[in-house]
Amino acid sequence: MTLSREDITAKIQETLADALGVDEEEVVEDATLMGDLGAESIDFLDIVFRLEKAFEIKIPREELFPGDNVLNNAELVDNGKVTPEGLKTLKTQLPHVDFSEFEKDPDLNKISDLFTVKSIIDYVASKVA
Amino acid sequence: MRWIWIDKFVEFESGKRAVSIKNVSLAEEHLHDHFPGYPIMPQSLMIEAMAQTGGILVGEARNFQEKVILAKVTKAIFSDLARPGDQLRLEAVVENLAEEAATIVGTITCGERRIAEIALMFSHIDKNLAGMEFPEENFVFNDQFMSLLQFYRPREASPAQN
Repeated sequence: MTLSREDITAKIQETLADALGVDEEEVVEDATLMGDLGAESIDFLDIVFRLEKAFEIKIPREELFPGDNVLNNAELVDNGKVTPEGLKTLKTQLPHVDFSEFEKDPDLNKISDLFTVKSIIDYVASKVA
Repeated sequence: MRWIWIDKFVEFESGKRAVSIKNVSLAEEHLHDHFPGYPIMPQSLMIEAMAQTGGILVGEARNFQEKVILAKVTKAIFSDLARPGDQLRLEAVVENLAEEAATIVGTITCGERRIAEIALMFSHIDKNLAGMEFPEENFVFNDQFMSLLQFYRPREASPAQN
């Protein structure tokens, strides 16, 4: 069964609405998970579980969201900023994420803005393709 | 577990589902304040009862080696009241069981009455350190809890004693 991008988007909207307790209308492509939709760290795991079930896929833990291996690594983060080396690692690890804005000011506090509804749609689209 | 808020398990399928019983008693002091003249079991304590039922189910699946902590109340919908004298039946079904976390869906009933639907997520916190360190000893399934478990287990093994 091939899912169109619309099908994937609709399913993801439903999944995120359930996981985060928000209205489906709020789950628009450029909404950030933490800033706009109020996700907390534990919600990311919940989202992974739900996506695995909804799309019958397996999501390796470091693939969709970055893990401690990057964010707690002193070589990849320096003084609250992701280092060029760190950025390279993140890009390799998260090919579905758009880093163009983040690159201008790789502040660790802004890393949550990278995770938008669109990044999840792109990720799932690449998995079910 | 520092305190136990369910009375016993009546069904237990390892890693899959569990059914526990919680008897609501007017001897529970908080019922006299919640509310004066109208004692009903607080909904937060129904969530606690489900968290213990599901938490023990999830803990047992890993032989009580993980520190299982309630991480998220995904859903809690209450459709009826629980009053003194009611015997609540709490059924928890494992939805996901992974290295670092688990989710359950649960229902609370009293006889024919549906009281609540509760979905919870648990974290195996040693696998979700996020840079933090926790004590090595298992403060969730502590000695007190494990010895209580021993009290129940021989009875399971010898049904003749009822």
